[in-house]
Amino acid sequence: MDWPAILLSLKLSSLVCGFLLLIGTPLAYWVTYSRWRWKFLVESVVALPIVLPPTVLGFYILVAIGSRSPIGRAWAAWTGHGLAFTFEGLVIASLLYSLPFAVQPMTVAFSQVDHQLIEVSSVLGASRLRTFFRIILPLSINGVITGAVLSFAHTMGEFGVVLMVGGNIPGVTRTVSIAIYDEVQSLDYAAANGTALALLLFSFAVLSVIYGLNRKSLALWPLRR
Amino acid sequence: MNLSIAIQKRLSATFALEVKFSIPAGITMLFGASGSGKTTLLRCIAGLLRPDSGEITIGDQIVFDSKARVDVPVRERRIGFLFQNLALFPHLNVVQNIEYGLNGLVRSEAQQRIENVLKMFGISGLRNHKPNEISGGERQRAALARALVTDPRVMMLDEPLSALDYATQSQIIGDLRAWNAVQRIPILYVTHSQREVFALGERVVVLQEGKILAQGTPQDVLEAPAYESIAQLAGFENFFDATVLSLNADSGTMLCRLDGAKTEVEVPLSRVEVHSKIRIAIRAGDILIAGEFPRAISARNVMPARIVSLRREGAMVIAEMDAGRSFEVHITPGACESLGLKPEGQVWLVIKTHSWRLVAGGAVSGHEP
Repeated sequence: MDWPAILLSLKLSSLVCGFLLLIGTPLAYWVTYSRWRWKFLVESVVALPIVLPPTVLGFYILVAIGSRSPIGRAWAAWTGHGLAFTFEGLVIASLLYSLPFAVQPMTVAFSQVDHQLIEVSSVLGASRLRTFFRIILPLSINGVITGAVLSFAHTMGEFGVVLMVGGNIPGVTRTVSIAIYDEVQSLDYAAANGTALALLLFSFAVLSVIYGLNRKSLALWPLRR
Repeated sequence: MNLSIAIQKRLSATFALEVKFSIPAGITMLFGASGSGKTTLLRCIAGLLRPDSGEITIGDQIVFDSKARVDVPVRERRIGFLFQNLALFPHLNVVQNIEYGLNGLVRSEAQQRIENVLKMFGISGLRNHKPNEISGGERQRAALARALVTDPRVMMLDEPLSALDYATQSQIIGDLRAWNAVQRIPILYVTHSQREVFALGERVVVLQEGKILAQGTPQDVLEAPAYESIAQLAGFENFFDATVLSLNADSGTMLCRLDGAKTEVEVPLSRVEVHSKIRIAIRAGDILIAGEFPRAISARNVMPARIVSLRREGAMVIAEMDAGRSFEVHITPGACESLGLKPEGQVWLVIKTHSWRLVAGGAVSGHEP
């Protein structure tokens, strides 16, 4: 069993999940309430990773953060090393790749909050921020949890993008799915089985705990009555 | 405190709100059929909807002025708004709902206000209950308390009581009146119930198709409606075109014949000429039914009629009568039984002269009757 790879994947997923809560929540709020006429373009861009092959996405991310790109050069000037084939590069790629899985459940949940509650909140003198934290967020917390769980799980299992952007550097970019692939390639089925089983049990445990704690959070399953 | 509104707001190619009026402290009923623009008007005042042009002034503060580009945001307008569906926050209990609008107030002051308003609306026992754990009337009280506790400069209620039984309605109306006896702010109360207009309103503004049709006291506007559309809203069921036959200035009456029938009726005198066409209306509840010809009676209109149909509706029987023209008459089931009324039976309709109302056909905008 490849413990460093499992720990690396957990670290990557937790970071991505945390960042997506910070980035995805305001983005979902904007997508829900903005009346900008070109909003659909942003929606399309956010949803792209769902339909794009991970290799295509990975290729463009690699080009975008490579040493010849402005982003890559700015990063290198700031930190002294490049972004491609590093853990930081992996985090950035995973953020983009998992973005729709966080944003979409949140957007659905935000848009299901009765609009009159939001209006009455502002009539009662509340700012948008207060309305968001006191009314919208509590009433759509299930959608936010769902978004977090999905983006976490999605990052745990990603393969193509990681391979393209991160490569296979043990302890740096060798995540669990790469490790399993490697083990199978070297015909070490026992090790592959151990790692895969660990990942399977872990995912099952996380989902069970979340569904068990919050019976109303419907990530994939309809509401129980 | 005064509320002045002069705004235009086009909602569709065929519908535009265009109103200009001012209301003083006290309860003003905003009366009109659904689709007349009542809710749109409230939303413009609250700032939830931006008028195309015009001005809105609360007290001495201009909250909206299209020319001067003033548009005070909703949260700074200090308005109380009771939505039709109440919009209580479902995840907060009664006290949390009420204190929501008191953000920024000193803790002790907020506590004091909450206690007062809980007591005032008789919901002190429900502090920790969620909205879905209390009755419809209690929810109404909680929502009203939440709006009033913020000390609004104007209060607006959008058909708040339509879902409640009469006893609960009048209790809540009493509470609102008592509260405003102290506060004296303008209260704009939307309704399409005539009973609420009389029970509550000191003034009434009638809205039709986005325009103000009439305003004044409920008695002036609804008891003697000048327009057919108001008369219909005010519960007049029978309308007839008629021709004036003769004027009798001494008795203050005039005789006219219902068009398309030989039926002649005596109605209150009006400034019209002989042979002119008029339109008259009578409430179904203002028509009496006699089983045989009444000999000594003060009512001047007694006409033979045939019963076309009888239909029970709640605690009322709706009778359709043919007296040359079709009349709708409302009687109690008891009266119907003791008179032995049956379809095809012959009866006499009795109508007092002054129960008749003269109405004008369409809406004349800008005219105050």
